[in-house]
Amino acid sequence: MDDVTPYIVLSTILFTIGSVGVLTRRNAIVVFMCVELMLNACNLALVAFAKQHGNLDGQVAAFFVMVVAAAEVVVGLAIIMTIFRTRRSASVDDASLLKY
Amino acid sequence: MIAFWVLSPLIVLAALGVVLMRRAVHSALLLAVVMISLAVLYLTLDAPFLFAVQIIVYTGAILMLFLFVLMLVGVDAADSTVETIRGQRLLSILGGLVMGTLLVLVVAQISLGTMTGMGVANAGGNIEGLADLLFSRYVLAFEATAALLITAALGAMLLAHRERLDAKEGQRAMAARRMQEYATTGRHLGPLPSPGVYARHNAVDTPALLPDGTPARDSVSRVLAARGTVRSAPALADDIEDVQRTLDGVRGISGGSGGAADTSAGAGHNTENPETRPQGAGHPEGDE
Amino acid sequence: MFSLSEGGASIPVVDPVGADGVFSLLWLVIALPLAGAAILLLGGRRTDAWGHWLGTLTAVGSFVLSLVLFVSLTGREEGERQVVQHLYDWMRVGDLTVSIDLLLDPLSVLFLLLITGVGSLIHVYSIGYMEHDPRRRRFFAYLNLFVAAMLMLVLSENYLGLFLGWEGVGLASYLLIGFWQHKPSAAAAAKKAFVVNRVGDIGLSLGIALFFVTFGSTSFTVISANASGASDGVLTALGLLLLLAACGKSAQVPLQSWLLDAMEGPTPVSALIHAATMVTAGVYLVVRSNFVFELAPHAQTAVIVVATVTLLWGAVIGCAKDDIKKALAGSTMSQIGYMMLAAGLGVYGYAFAIFHLITHGFFKANMFLGAGSVMHGMDDDVDMRRYGALRSAMPVTFLTFAMGYLAIIGFPGFSGFWSKDKIIETALIESPVAGVGALIGAGVTGFYMTRLMLMTFFGEKRWKDGVHPHESPSVMTGPLVVLAALSVLGGLLYLGHWIVDWLSPVVGTAPEHEPPVPAIVITLLVLSVVAVGVATAWLLVGKRPVPTTAPQDVSFATRAARADLYGDAINETLVVNPGRHATAGLTRGDRTLVDGLFTGSAGVTAALGGQLRKLQNGFVRSYALSVVGGVVLVVGALLVVNL
Repeated sequence: MDDVTPYIVLSTILFTIGSVGVLTRRNAIVVFMCVELMLNACNLALVAFAKQHGNLDGQVAAFFVMVVAAAEVVVGLAIIMTIFRTRRSASVDDASLLKY
Repeated sequence: MIAFWVLSPLIVLAALGVVLMRRAVHSALLLAVVMISLAVLYLTLDAPFLFAVQIIVYTGAILMLFLFVLMLVGVDAADSTVETIRGQRLLSILGGLVMGTLLVLVVAQISLGTMTGMGVANAGGNIEGLADLLFSRYVLAFEATAALLITAALGAMLLAHRERLDAKEGQRAMAARRMQEYATTGRHLGPLPSPGVYARHNAVDTPALLPDGTPARDSVSRVLAARGTVRSAPALADDIEDVQRTLDGVRGISGGSGGAADTSAGAGHNTENPETRPQGAGHPEGDE
Repeated sequence: MFSLSEGGASIPVVDPVGADGVFSLLWLVIALPLAGAAILLLGGRRTDAWGHWLGTLTAVGSFVLSLVLFVSLTGREEGERQVVQHLYDWMRVGDLTVSIDLLLDPLSVLFLLLITGVGSLIHVYSIGYMEHDPRRRRFFAYLNLFVAAMLMLVLSENYLGLFLGWEGVGLASYLLIGFWQHKPSAAAAAKKAFVVNRVGDIGLSLGIALFFVTFGSTSFTVISANASGASDGVLTALGLLLLLAACGKSAQVPLQSWLLDAMEGPTPVSALIHAATMVTAGVYLVVRSNFVFELAPHAQTAVIVVATVTLLWGAVIGCAKDDIKKALAGSTMSQIGYMMLAAGLGVYGYAFAIFHLITHGFFKANMFLGAGSVMHGMDDDVDMRRYGALRSAMPVTFLTFAMGYLAIIGFPGFSGFWSKDKIIETALIESPVAGVGALIGAGVTGFYMTRLMLMTFFGEKRWKDGVHPHESPSVMTGPLVVLAALSVLGGLLYLGHWIVDWLSPVVGTAPEHEPPVPAIVITLLVLSVVAVGVATAWLLVGKRPVPTTAPQDVSFATRAARADLYGDAINETLVVNPGRHATAGLTRGDRTLVDGLFTGSAGVTAALGGQLRKLQNGFVRSYALSVVGGVVLVVGALLVVNL
């Protein structure tokens, strides 16, 4: 318990997995989950660094990330719902035109 | 550190699962695993408040929202694994690998020095310390996030709201329309038959039986019929014979006790009425 | 009042005094005809009935006023004969302040008298000449406009105001040459005059710009006071630019080609604008700018060369033309060549240039109006081969024309004798080559004018059927008589060297020069050369019958002269065709090169866009992939920097 490097490495791995998920998955909800995964990876790094530096600012930042993520998820899922309602599909590839 | 080494493979595997699972529901559940594990890691990192928030907000609220939307969109739908954009998957994986390797290399380059630990920072309590920061140095950001949350809630309502295109049909108008439909097309006037008239099989996916023993098509939800998960009612009715036989056996063994007679009467009533129209038709819930 | 030039001759400085008394009415001289033009042009048909009277009245009014001013000026001390009247500030831009100032001095007052006097006579004449033209009122409006612009030209105290009048007379000339616009030839001639004049105007406008750059002003007062401070190169450039301007306006070679075509206009116009006044504006410009030319000997040489070439050129053309007006136009060109020659001779010649300008204004206007009278009687036929024996049919016209004839060939005692003789004499002394040219020109003048006289008024009748020549009405012959009298008596201006003394405050006093041979010898030489010319004409034209159609089997010289010495062909070959080809080439270059560059770059951009558009496929995941690529780059860069 004297090094945060493993935490950071775990964080980068999670972040990478999340980004690959965003790139490869077509289901908008899953894409969203992968985004959440990436956010969580960042949170982990923040909290780990907070411990590294011995102050609470990192935890506050992580807290803000969670709050903003919550707002983001609410709006994002509402958008996904709207898209799904109009075209019966939650695939991000289907929404490839600016109109219609 | 033991917690970390135990949890980190779990987290990585679960995260991989999130990406690899074909069904979105499975991804969501694996994501819950990741998040709860992360919450535990927060605890090991001396962040008890975030531990709670991670579980309550992420796992409790956000993931539930995901699942809720998944239910609306269709919980069973599995994604196609065929990549439509040429080269996208290969490049993505390649890019991800390079990026991950680079990030790990970068992290490995840094010498972070000795860890300070949260002893001093958490001296007055983690939550108190966080609150101290939130309401002093970060109060402006805090207020901004509050505004953001309200805006997000309003935005979600606005996005999810569906405009009503015509006036709501009143009871009188509905009655008149139904009578009209019955007169012209002969459509059944009353409520639809409710599914599952048998005491043992009153599930929504079991159709009611008509007097001639055929299943009443209207008695199950169209969605279930479309999915093909409707059970065959006559097939289920087969074991009634066994039940009756069993009951008869019981009656023969125990002679006539009151309770048994009641039971047999109930059973007998059921036995004699397999072909009759279910009496529960008067129930208004079958209406769609 | 005088500054010394390098040669030792004194150059006068324009140093006017303010206008007072009768001189404060100076502006009215211009305003009267200008108001006349405005009323006649803006009044429309309502003024048809009395328009010609109003037009004549304003011209006569200007003349009377000019006469008063002239008399008042003669009553002044020599040093106070330059009067300036400040009207208003025209424009003020940065350092440049241009005011409308009118300058009345011995030079401009002579022009005032010539313009308004001859102008008035021609107005009167036009009443009769244009009687049957439905657009007579408009004609008088244009004439008035011309008079106003010409007065502005000679009265302005600065070059910009002069330019205003310069362009004004150009406009009036254009309008009047093309007055019978229904004739394509008239419309083309008007356009040609306008375009050729523009070439000269470029010279004047560049010259004015150079004046401003060099002296910070366009005022004669300022420039004449500071001219000696400018460098030789600038002064020579100024002189050449002014010469170019003068060439355009005064039909000097190489910008001479428009004058012959300008005869398409009504004859009074030819008399007023293209003989007496406007075409002499170039001479006025050179004389007025004497403070520049005196300091630019190279420019003076150029003036002499141009003038000598032109006086011979015009004379040769005049010999071959059968069109009476074109023969006179050639003569005009030649006579203006004499004036320019005199002006190019510098301080020795300025006064004689103006002297000849005035006498030429008299006798050439007289002859043009006489030609108009002849045409009037001959049903507007201009071909001299169809004239002959008109002296009995129109005696007044014949007699007045004869006065003009005697004046132009320099018959002793007539006005032309005094003025031309002095020019030739001065030229022979100052610039022998040009003098010999002028001498030959005098002989040729005698030839072509005699030819013209003989073909028109003597010999047999060669009239077309149905033509009954008759004398013109008195409203036309009246001006003829007056102009004939002036043609005879114009030499009085030189009585006791009056005009030379009169002009000396403006153009300076020539140092005494003893001619190598006595003046009387030169005079006799000139007279004998003229006599040879006259005799040749008598032998060639008077003794032989004149064919009614021009013979075709003639010498090359005659053919060339008939074709205006190929002036148009030269222009066509040297300017018009190269210009046309250059334009075509530029158009082609524009189409292929410039347009090609633009459409090419547009095409490249479009093609590039078409390729780049494929990146914008609308798939969010592709965009995200590029973001990941960026992240990889950034992190890689970080790593490279840190390693």
